[in-house]
Amino acid sequence: MTDVIKLTYKVDGEDFTRAGEASSDLKGKLKKMNVPPDAIRKVAIAMYEGEINMVIHAHGGEITVEISKDCITMVLADRGPGIKNVELAMQAGYSTAPDNIRTLGFGAGMGLPNMKKYTDEMKIDTELGVGTTVTMRVNIA
Amino acid sequence: MTIRELKEIIHADILCCEDKLDAEVHTACGSDMMSDVLAFVKNQSVLLTGLCNNQVVRTAEMMDMVCIVFVRGKTPDESTVELAREKGIPLLITPHRMFNACGLLYSNGLHGGDSV
Repeated sequence: MTDVIKLTYKVDGEDFTRAGEASSDLKGKLKKMNVPPDAIRKVAIAMYEGEINMVIHAHGGEITVEISKDCITMVLADRGPGIKNVELAMQAGYSTAPDNIRTLGFGAGMGLPNMKKYTDEMKIDTELGVGTTVTMRVNIA
Repeated sequence: MTIRELKEIIHADILCCEDKLDAEVHTACGSDMMSDVLAFVKNQSVLLTGLCNNQVVRTAEMMDMVCIVFVRGKTPDESTVELAREKGIPLLITPHRMFNACGLLYSNGLHGGDSV
C-alpha cells in the first residue's frame, strides 16, 4: 500500500443512535486493507469517542481520514460552541455533557483523555463560538 | 471459559449469534458508562452492563469484545439486537444484578485483567 487513501464522513448531530456509524465503517475498511488489529482498535476507539463528542456537544460535523502505509490520520471538524478550557476538558472525569447524556452511557469525562490515550499524536484547535477541530494520528507499527 | 459456560454460570438467555457459543472469553468488564469501558482494552472480553441501547453494541464492536451481557433481565430493543446480529456479537440476558453476575463469573475464574 503506497498511496494515501482519503475518506470523508458526515456526522449527523441530531441522532444519537447513529453515532458510531462512521467509526464502524472505517473499522471495516481498515480490516479489509489488512491494517494490524491493534492499530485498527486504537483508531476505532479514538474516532468513536470523537464522533460521540461531536453529537453531544457540536450538532455533528465532518471527519476526514487519511490512510498511508505508516499512519492513519483523523481530522474531526465541527462548528459547535468550542471548548472553553482545553486543559480542564483533558482531565479524566471532567465533563460538560448534559445529564441526559449520562443516561445513555456517556458524559463520564473520559472522551478526550481516551482519544489521547489511544493515539500517537492529538491536537485540538478550538475557538469559542466558531468550532473545534481535533486531529489525531495513529502510527502503524 | 466459553460463552456457553458463561451463559450457564449466570443463568442467561441468548438473543442472537448462537453460532458463537463456543468462543473463548478471557476477561470481563462491568460498567454502565461506555467511556469507562473504552478506557480499558483487554483481549477477548465480555461486557456486562445495565445500559440497554445500541451504543453498547457500538462500544463492544470498537473494542473487539466477544459478547455482551445485559444484567437484571433488561431486554434491548429490536434495532439493538439487529445491530449486534449484523456485527456478529452475541447478546445475553441474565436475571442477576450487576454485582452478583460479576461475582458469579469472578468466582468461576473469569477475571478483569490487570487494572494498574
